[in-house]
Amino acid sequence: MADKGGLRTPLARARGLGPAKDGVAHWWAQRVTAVALVPLVIWFVASIVLLSNCSYERFTAWIGSPLPAVLTILLIVATFRHAQLGLQVVIEDYVHREGTKLAGIVLVKLGAFALGTAAVFSVLKISFGG
Amino acid sequence: MASDNRPLSPHLQIYKPQFTSVLSILHRITGVALALGTFLLVYWLMAAAAGPDRFAQAQGLIGSIIGRLLLFGWSFALFYHMLNGIRHLFWDAGKGFELKTAFLTGWLVVAGAVLFTLIAWIAAYSVMGGI
Repeated sequence: MADKGGLRTPLARARGLGPAKDGVAHWWAQRVTAVALVPLVIWFVASIVLLSNCSYERFTAWIGSPLPAVLTILLIVATFRHAQLGLQVVIEDYVHREGTKLAGIVLVKLGAFALGTAAVFSVLKISFGG
Repeated sequence: MASDNRPLSPHLQIYKPQFTSVLSILHRITGVALALGTFLLVYWLMAAAAGPDRFAQAQGLIGSIIGRLLLFGWSFALFYHMLNGIRHLFWDAGKGFELKTAFLTGWLVVAGAVLFTLIAWIAAYSVMGGI
């Protein structure tokens, strides 16, 4: 495959050839966000249940106040990081054409970033004056 | 080539489904479903940021029969994925791999997810004055 005696060492040529490219960092980020999401999800679901079908004023007053706003933003960041990492693994497992796989991973990354930004912006807009 | 003799992970199409393997693929399915569900969350937050009219529109959509059914499925997926995720974290720590334990925790996850979903919806309906 690769010619001998090039500028790059055999290790440098082998690095990054695995399907995951950066497995350990990916694995850790998936677990750390998972641990963060457990209390955040329980808090968020409980809050939303208590706000079921509430008025616009009550909802924006709640999500706009400091603690709920910060916790919701943390939830959003952890959720989209966790989802992006998870969907990447699913794509890597089932999509075997290199181009399609890469396109899928990039699309998931960009999508997660865009949706996360939209959600964080919404919370901030409500917080800083409707 | 040597790689031809390497062990393969069980393919879902040819491997007889077992309780533990069904739970395993369900973790992945619920994960993907939850990722799709984030579209609804973002839509809802953006509607709230856009003002009272948009928020009322979103609440109406989410409060419709289809909206509630989707939300019900999504809430079960969320609780299942969360509880089974905790099960996975214990596995990551090297604990709970014994066959008996794996089946027991599996049933706990399923029962917990059903229980959490019911509690959440009964609480939501009582908040809305529906029960």
